[in-house]
Amino acid sequence: MYNKKVKLRALFLFLSILSAILIIFLVLKSLEENVVYFLSPTEIKNLNETTAEKIRVGGMVKDQSIKINSDKINFIITDFKNEINVVYSGIIPNLFQENKGVVAEGVLKDKSFFEAEKILAKHDENYMPPEVKASLGEN
Amino acid sequence: MNFIKKYEFSFVQKSQRIILFLFLIILILGLLEALVLSPEDYLQGDSVRIMYVHVPSAWISLGIFSLMALLSVMVFIFKNKFFFLIAKSLAPSGFVFSLIALVTGSIWGKPTWGTWWAWDARITSMLILCIFYLMYLIAWRIFENKDYVYKVTSIIAILGVINIPIIKFSVDWWSTLHQPSSVNILAKTTIHSSMLIPLVIMTAAFALFSLLIFLMKYNTELIKIKNKGLDRL
Repeated sequence: MYNKKVKLRALFLFLSILSAILIIFLVLKSLEENVVYFLSPTEIKNLNETTAEKIRVGGMVKDQSIKINSDKINFIITDFKNEINVVYSGIIPNLFQENKGVVAEGVLKDKSFFEAEKILAKHDENYMPPEVKASLGEN
Repeated sequence: MNFIKKYEFSFVQKSQRIILFLFLIILILGLLEALVLSPEDYLQGDSVRIMYVHVPSAWISLGIFSLMALLSVMVFIFKNKFFFLIAKSLAPSGFVFSLIALVTGSIWGKPTWGTWWAWDARITSMLILCIFYLMYLIAWRIFENKDYVYKVTSIIAILGVINIPIIKFSVDWWSTLHQPSSVNILAKTTIHSSMLIPLVIMTAAFALFSLLIFLMKYNTELIKIKNKGLDRL
């Protein structure tokens, strides 16, 4: 068997790593609101007050909610519990589609209206060839 | 500890040739699968092919850092400095792969998300890994004192390994722009098998490449020690 010194060193290392993990866990926990990249419409709804600062809202683009009129584009971000109306003018990424993920960066006018300055498409974890997608759609 | 023997040199050198050969075959096979045979994605089109470089690089850079931390822990507990040489020789390929993962992710992000860079939890923690690799490599260069350099590098490796589960689970713990993992052991894998095959082959190719670079670097370290007339570490 290993001698006492080896065991003590292992214990010391174990305790050091454990405390480091706990400290980092606490730091991340307290920084939670800065670590998240975007808020969901439900989290927006639960905000105590709306700030004039730039924030990000993310979720799904609601089915048949994209409306384009001249230079403005309107759509609804939903997390299937709550919704938020978004208005935006500018370039949209190729993958911006209905029923797909989106992250909008901009200013919250009120809890149901968001003025976006930048639109990012969020890709999900599904990868498949077009034929498979087509056959999934038929089912 | 006298571990430098003649057979070890010849073994390392012979296995290098075999691994180089294997690597080239698997790389050609992987590239053929990834660039020609595999289908395009229903949503991303051809930019899905970046994934066949991006994901294996990220996996391997995470794996190598974990291994380096494990070796540093072993050194600390068993006071066997032989493991340092392995950890040191592993670091360069890990660093390069973490850099490749960041760069290819950025190239993929522009057409897909609409941005080169986002300060979300996954991407930021991956950048931290890259910085830890760099610190580790620089530490070996700047500290002359042997005992000191062992201490500093193992502290960097052991502290940095806490970041590894943060990278892995960042997409589950927080809302990130980066998508959650598609290849899962416990949950359902959400990547079609025709795309999983090139991913697996490319991972094997990159792993062999890391092994090859590791052996070359390790061999160099052994020669360095031999030339200095040191038969122990």
